[in-house]
Amino acid sequence: MKNQNRRDFLKTAAGIGASIGIAGSVKPAKASEKTLSDDRFGILVDTDVCVGCRHCEWACRVAHNIPTPDLDTYSDNSVFKEYRRTDASSLTVVNEFENEKNSAMPVHVKTQCMHCEHPACVSACIVGAFSKLEDGSVVWDGDKCIGCRYCMVACPFQIPTYDYDRSIDPQIRKCDLCFEKRKTEKLPACVNICPNEALLFGKRDDIVRIAKSRIKRKYDVYIDHIYGEKEIGGTSWMYIAGKDFEKLKLPKLNYSPAPGISESIQHGIFAYFVPPVTLYALLGTIMWITRKKKGDDSEIKDETNQDKKGGAL
Amino acid sequence: MMIPWPVKHRFLTPGVFVLILIALNGLVFLGIRFISGIGAVTNLNDYTPWGLWIGVDVGAGVALAAGGFTSAALGHIMHREHYHAIVRPALLTAMLGYTFVAFAVFTDIGRFYYIWHPLIMWNGTSALFEVGICVMIYMSVLYIEFMPIVTERFIGRVDLPDFISFLNKPVDRFLRYIDSRLALTMFIFIIAGVVLSTLHQSSLGTLMVIAGQKMHPLWQTPILPLLFLLSAIAVGFPMIMFESLLASRSFKIKPEMHILSRLGVMMSPILGVYIAAKIGDLFIRETFKYIAPLDGTAWMFIVEMALIIIPFFLFLSKKITNSVLGLFIASAFVIAGVLVNRINNFVVAYRPFFNPVEYFPSFGEISVTLGCIAMLVLVYRAIVMIFPVITQDRKDVYNKMIELDKSGPRRWI
Ligand code: SF4
Ligand code: SF4
Repeated sequence: MKNQNRRDFLKTAAGIGASIGIAGSVKPAKASEKTLSDDRFGILVDTDVCVGCRHCEWACRVAHNIPTPDLDTYSDNSVFKEYRRTDASSLTVVNEFENEKNSAMPVHVKTQCMHCEHPACVSACIVGAFSKLEDGSVVWDGDKCIGCRYCMVACPFQIPTYDYDRSIDPQIRKCDLCFEKRKTEKLPACVNICPNEALLFGKRDDIVRIAKSRIKRKYDVYIDHIYGEKEIGGTSWMYIAGKDFEKLKLPKLNYSPAPGISESIQHGIFAYFVPPVTLYALLGTIMWITRKKKGDDSEIKDETNQDKKGGAL
Repeated sequence: MMIPWPVKHRFLTPGVFVLILIALNGLVFLGIRFISGIGAVTNLNDYTPWGLWIGVDVGAGVALAAGGFTSAALGHIMHREHYHAIVRPALLTAMLGYTFVAFAVFTDIGRFYYIWHPLIMWNGTSALFEVGICVMIYMSVLYIEFMPIVTERFIGRVDLPDFISFLNKPVDRFLRYIDSRLALTMFIFIIAGVVLSTLHQSSLGTLMVIAGQKMHPLWQTPILPLLFLLSAIAVGFPMIMFESLLASRSFKIKPEMHILSRLGVMMSPILGVYIAAKIGDLFIRETFKYIAPLDGTAWMFIVEMALIIIPFFLFLSKKITNSVLGLFIASAFVIAGVLVNRINNFVVAYRPFFNPVEYFPSFGEISVTLGCIAMLVLVYRAIVMIFPVITQDRKDVYNKMIELDKSGPRRWI
């Protein structure tokens, strides 16, 4: 530092300015602004129709090559005693809730990744392992993932799960809407197997319309709210029910997209690298102005610079 | 005359022995983590994916290493030369601190062998990406900033073993070359270090913003990045004071009160800004109502604030800033305050919906954290005994060396 003269300073400073200028002109990619197709899908879960047979759970495991017991064993209702969430071996689960209006007919709610319209997981993932496809599905790329579990922190529905028991190649797992399967078959496994047509698969706009008309038709059964239509900016999976959704353990969420605030802060700090570069220039200027002038050490003599090198020990 | 010089002292003391035991205990659990997975050691689950390791090792670790950039800003950028004596220890703390953070990240991420992925796979919208990249670059900058201390230690003193002793001259020349290049360009790295620090210290705050309603409203605020930056700046000097006083006690060196007291005097205004932002946020978002129920979470908030407000008043007193014990206690308060703040932000405030079991760190998690801290202290101790980091009185150094020479043949260490 001490040897440096003015010319060197300016030369190097100019060099840095130029290289950062080039870096700054490369526009940062905005993952969340990918265009969504108007035909993107939506799925309606009609909790009034669902009988809790859990066939979807079975079909999901089979479709994702997760070992599963016989379908017959799924008629055992004792699993409903405890609330279950998705985990590394169940990408979807059905839970049972009490029905105050008719105790003989409990309410069943299937949960899985909601395939948000503005997915927090896509925005948050450190390496961009999640992506929102044009058809609406949100999929995970295991070749990129580093296992940081930030997606789990970010997801408003706390859906992604992690293989805590594996040291090598642990997976982040969540519903992928049978993305691979749907290349050949039309429907995801769960929708395909549902014997009661409690799951309705179609264009999202159509699904919203159908949900609305069902609510209107059976206004004495349903509460007037489509869970997922607006929550967190909208989701692909939507629910209608006769009971407050929070009591069905679907969290009460805002209507603004989940990644909104975080992304605007990020873009504020990094707006085309202007703030960091400005700060750099500012600090450089301060450094230049306050640089040590000979004999200017008013308060304490700086002795550290002299007599520093060499010397026997 | 005051010069930075390798500390002359015994390495092993009873305290060091205890540290070694703590480190070994941590290593055992680290081994289990890498063999059997994160679940085998931690209490983390699908509801609570981040715990002690992110909160303390990464969150608090980055904050407590902030002394590196605050002292560089003061000493190098504002050219307050009389603070130079603290720049080196602070630099070493930052360098080791960030190494510790990087290792913590390596331990905590599931696919540790992919830790390099963010270098080539970018996601500009991710706050974590931002933190990761800045920390990686900053760590390299810190190692570069430390280089002159290494060259200083060896220039003119290269003494390789006999069979390669013919290399002494070339190595010496090489070191001199590096040293001269570094002297010319160091200012680039120093400024870059400060810029990178402000960036990632604040982005660390942005991290939890995306958790949205899962974060307790006492902590979930859009100004989290600002609060993180201000608290990192606030804890920088206290960390330097704390360490310096601890080191002088452990090595029996005279504490550098003439510098530390000046730092102490600066503390109240710095803490004041942070406290004002924190309390202002509380009132603007009207979240003070969440303190009223006085439940566990509210108490954590109160403790956090108290640990910052108490030293604010302590540092106002001349008596305290002029006394070794006073400075030590006041800075310990600030450090504890920021530590609790980071734990609160990353662990306490994170409340998953419908969570059946509240997270509390397991014995293994705590062991790993303590073990890593112990290793950090041991390496710090070793480095200040090898390299000229701590500024001491030249006469004292001579006397100590003569004393040590009497007790047997000994070279540098
Ligand atoms: S529910 Fe969660 S995991 Fe699924 S798309 Fe939305 S944010 Fe991503
Ligand atoms: S765990 Fe994997 S998918 Fe989730 S945020 Fe981290 S890198 Fe992305």
